[in-house]
Order: sequence, then structure tokens, then C-alpha cells
Amino acid sequence: MLYFIEQFLNGIQLGMLLFLLAAGLTLIFGIMDLVNLAHGSLYMLGAYFAATFAAWTNSFVLGAVLAVVATLVAGMVLEVIAIRRLYGRNHLDHVLGTFGLLLFFNELVRLVWGPAGMTLSLPSEMLTAVQIPPGLYYPAYRLVIIVVTLAVALLLYVLVMRTRLGMLIRAGASNREMVGALGVNIKLLYTLVFGLGAALAGFAGLMQAPILTVQIGMGENILIPAFVVVVIGGIGSIRGAFVAALLVGVIDTIGRAFLPDLLHRYLSENAAATLAPALSSMSIYVLMAVVLVARPEGLFPAAGR
Amino acid sequence: MRRMTVIPAAALALIAGPALAQQKTVKIGFISTFSGPVAAIGNDMKNSFELGLDQHGRKLGGLPVEVIYADDQLKPEVGVQKTQELIESDHVDFVVGYIWSNVLLGSLKPLVDSKTMTVVTNAGPNQLAGELCSPYVFSTSWQNDQTPAAVGRYMNEKGVKTAFLMGPNYAAGKDMLAGVQTTFQGKIVGQELTRWPDQLDFSAELSKARAAKPDAIFAFYPGGAGIQFVTQYVQAGLKGQIPLYTAFTIDDLSLPRLKDLAVGVPGAQEWVNDLPNDANKTYVADYKAKYHASPSFYGAQTYDAVGLIDSAITAVNGDLSNKEGMRKEMEKADFKSVRGDFKFGNNHIPIQNFYLQDAVKNADGSYALKTVALIVKDDQDRFHDRCPMK
Repeated sequence: MLYFIEQFLNGIQLGMLLFLLAAGLTLIFGIMDLVNLAHGSLYMLGAYFAATFAAWTNSFVLGAVLAVVATLVAGMVLEVIAIRRLYGRNHLDHVLGTFGLLLFFNELVRLVWGPAGMTLSLPSEMLTAVQIPPGLYYPAYRLVIIVVTLAVALLLYVLVMRTRLGMLIRAGASNREMVGALGVNIKLLYTLVFGLGAALAGFAGLMQAPILTVQIGMGENILIPAFVVVVIGGIGSIRGAFVAALLVGVIDTIGRAFLPDLLHRYLSENAAATLAPALSSMSIYVLMAVVLVARPEGLFPAAGR
Repeated sequence: MRRMTVIPAAALALIAGPALAQQKTVKIGFISTFSGPVAAIGNDMKNSFELGLDQHGRKLGGLPVEVIYADDQLKPEVGVQKTQELIESDHVDFVVGYIWSNVLLGSLKPLVDSKTMTVVTNAGPNQLAGELCSPYVFSTSWQNDQTPAAVGRYMNEKGVKTAFLMGPNYAAGKDMLAGVQTTFQGKIVGQELTRWPDQLDFSAELSKARAAKPDAIFAFYPGGAGIQFVTQYVQAGLKGQIPLYTAFTIDDLSLPRLKDLAVGVPGAQEWVNDLPNDANKTYVADYKAKYHASPSFYGAQTYDAVGLIDSAITAVNGDLSNKEGMRKEMEKADFKSVRGDFKFGNNHIPIQNFYLQDAVKNADGSYALKTVALIVKDDQDRFHDRCPMK
């Protein structure tokens, strides 16, 4: 049972990370109707910024705060310079344009920081496992990720549901044309939303950096499950992204943890060893397919779309 | 119409042919990974190869050298395409490189079919040592099973009774986990093959390892994945609980980033930067002077390819069409290897020593890999019997 809880926590932790990425993606997709493949680059930038600033300031926390601000600014600048030209075009143009940006950022990072990657070291107190109930060891830093991301999710909820900016964001997700027609400065709103998405992605990158280290292209693999989360949750819905992220995180982890042993009971050792990794890496896509069949709009479709 | 334009071009090539042959160069195609997170490995191999060429005055066996670097992007399908390009459009005399077993396995057929002289400088899938061995393919590295088998011997020495094995789910990962079991006499209480190359978070697998309560964990995670694995192993608080034994997980590229996390984690290797032979001293010193970093085993194996090719071309007096002559010379391994003397087995895989290495912190605060002991002497891979070459 303790082992199951430990694996469940692993799933939650992965879900939290996916939520941070998917929240930005779903906002940008929902409001600007923009498919942003360069979202992973902002995740990478956040990690590189954090590693750099943490080295300068000798403080993990200070480095993290500066990095979030820096990715926010980078995201807004990126929106003004490049992303803005893509609005209103078809999705293929978005994919081409943002894929180009992805390559651009990989090269930029190589030029600025070099190809070898960086390390964002944790304070030594974090290099340990804590016992939550006695007997259940859990890595201290992963626990920090869960708690901090929950706090960020709460903040985001308050921002989107309780503030005027949030109201505009929600309105934008439901009906863009109407928001523009009502005299809202839609350009500024877009820049802000893109910056917010960038900051969330950067935050995800820096939180993950001590676990996965900082390297070129680090945001590319994680982007695929993040898109899965967006689709399952319903495009434009932050609440949907949250629920879907937890679902995807837990299912992926539980699959990795228990599927091999389960298969082992019914199949030969060799077959189980070959099949289990393949099946468990498919699990989230199966989930997506099932959700799409049952609810083509996702679990929590943004109203009015 | 299109066909018409091809014929004059072909005719032109025929006319130009003899003229080109007079200014003879040796063309070497070099395949490695130069993009993405593991570009650091490709760069280290390229740096070592360039250093070797510089030391030979950019000539091998008296012929000026032209190197074409190609990026396999860590993908077998790209690797085979680049390999074909090198053979068919660039008409290279040698192909050198290959980090990844799955990329090499994908590219092996065009190499063997075209009888291109090939020096593999890292990948060592069991098939290459066994049924797919080829007269024109040589390795300056090892067969995948050998290094983990050496680790298994060391685990026996340390009295490890139960072990949990982890590695990535591709050709080399499977070889490595099989390799450690050929020598390890204790019980395997669990093993995990993780998604490759995109899974970098091992939380579920590490929880599993902890729950299995083994005496030791054995891991194979090459390149950047090694940094991630060791980091997460330490973050999970396992370092004090369950000792870690590694193959190709901690190297000179990852150590500067792992620092204290890697100290005291043993591994096995056929080459360590402090091996006390003259060729190695020159290599390591010159590499450090030129690139301001320590070379890794990837680099060392690639550096050896320069010497091996030089010996082959010298033996045939620069007649690159004499593949038979070059092959016979290469089989002698008559060059100064940075790992000390070694022989080739019948399958062209080295028969060589494996050492125990440990990561240590120097007095000046830097970190280095040190040879601790010889684990196994003149080790030959267990697949050489399956190779039809005798």
C-alpha cells in the first residue's frame, strides 16, 4: 500500500509538471487559436535562465524568481517580434512558424550557453528523501514541486476566475471576435497571455531542471504529453488542463510501475519485458483516444466554442 | 529530357575521374550525434579525431585527409540515410564513428554490402560481434556485454547478493542488462527497461527499486541520461541506502556536471584517462591543452581509430583500392593504442582489459575519474563464436 501511494505521488508530481506546461498551451491555443510548438523552448529558456541566475546569485530561490521574470519578458518580446505575425493564419503556418522558432531557440541556446548543458544544483538539504507517514520515503524535492505547483495552480485559478484580466482571458477563450468588438485592447491582451504562458512554461522548466538537468531540446519530448493534456482537458480550459494533467501523470506513472509485473503473470519473462515498456508508453494516448471518442471537445470544453 | 542531362554529367564525371585520382586524398566519413542533448558526445569524438589527425600532420599513411562529418540525430533512420550518402555520393574510403547500437545496426547493411572499410568507435551490439560480423568492419570499442560483465564481477567481489537492474529500452540497454547477468552470481530481484531516448524521469522505476530492497542497483544510462539518472538516484535519498554500480553512466563528460553526486559510485571501463602508457599521456595532455577539458572514453576510442587507419594505409602504400591488404594490417592492431596493447578477436572486436574506475574529488576542487584496479584481463566477448570469420 505504501508503495502504491509512493507511485501515486510520482504520478501527481508528473501531472503537476504537465499542468504548468499545458496551462500556458491551452491559454494560447484557446485565446489566440495558435498552435505553439515553441512552448517547449520557453520551458528550456526557463531552465537555462534559472541555472544561470542561480549561479550568479548563489541562491536557488532567487535564481528561480529571476528566471520566471526573465521568461515572462522573453515570452512577451517573442510575441511582439514573431508570434503576432501568425495570428489569423491557418494552423499549418503556425506549426511551420513555431517549429522554426523551436530550431532557432535550440541554436541560440547552443551559441549562448554551449552544447554541453548546465546543472541546476539543489541545496544539499534537498538531496534526501523524507518519510511522510513512517516507512514511506519520498524525495524531498519532488514533494516541494507538488506543493509549489499546487500553489501556482491556485494563484492561476484566482487570476483567471476572480480578476478583470482573468475575465478577459476567459472571454477571449470563449469568443475572440466579441471581445475585440467590445473595445478590449486585444493586442495587449494577447501579449500578456503569451507572456503568462511563457512564464508558466519557464517555471515548469526551472522546477524540473534539478531533476532532468538543463540541456538543449529538453522541452521537446515533454511537449507531446502536454498537448495530450490540452486535448483531453478541452482546449482553452485551465480547469480541464488541471484535471487532465493529473490523469495523464498518474496513468503514465502507474502504467510504468505496475504494467510490467501485471504482464509478467500472464506472459513469459521475455515477452513481458518487451511488451511492458511499449504498452506503458502508449497508455496516455489510449486515454486520449477514449476521451476523444466519448467527449470530442475534451473533458471541460471552454464555453461557447 | 531529364535523362538527357544525366548522361553528359556522367560523361563529365568519367573525364574528371582520372584527374581527381592523381591528387589522391583519403576520404573519411564520420558519423556521430552532433545535435540535441547528446551533441557533447559527438563533439568529444570529433575533437579527439581532429586532434589525432593534427598529430599525424593531417595525413594518414602519407595521404592528405578529408573528413566529412555527418549527424545521425540519435535516430537509426537518419543514421542509415547519412551512411548511404557517405558511401554513394561522397564515395568515402572509410566510415568512422557510431555511438548508438541501434543506429549502427540500422546502418550496417549498406556498409557491409558496399565493403566500405569501417571503424566503429563506440557502439557494440551483440550482432556485430556475432552473426553480423564483417571482414571490413572493425571496432575500437567493445561488445556491449563486456563492460557490464566486468561490473558484475566486481559486484560479486563486493559480496552483493541481490541486485536491481536498470537501463534504456534499446539494443544496447538490453545487451547491458544481459551482460551483467553473465557474471553476476547473486539474484536479480527486478529489472526495468525505460523508454529511450525520451524518458528522463525515473521516479516510478526508482520507487520500484527501493521497494524491491536489493543489495545494489546496476544502471546503464549513457550520455545526458546518466546525469539525470544519478541525480535522481541521489535526490531519492538512495545513495546512502542502496549502492549503485554503473556501466557507461558516469564519464568525463558527465562528471563535471554531477560533481559530488558521482563521487564514490563505481563503474567499469576499458580506458580511463589516467592509464599509464605513453600514447595515453600524450593524448590526454594534448587534448586538455587544445580543448581545456578532459577527454572521455568516447573520444579515446575515436582517437584510436586514427592510429588504426594510419597503420592500414601505410601498409598498402596509399593504395586505397587494396582493401584486402588494409584489412589484414588492421587485424594486427599494430598502432599505439591509448588503452595500451590490445588484440583483435576473430570478429574484429578488441580483446582487452577492463578496469574499475571511481569518481574522486581532487585537492584543487576539480573532479576526475581514476583507475582503481584491474577487474578482468584480456577479456573477449561471448559472441565471437557466432562470427563466421575465423
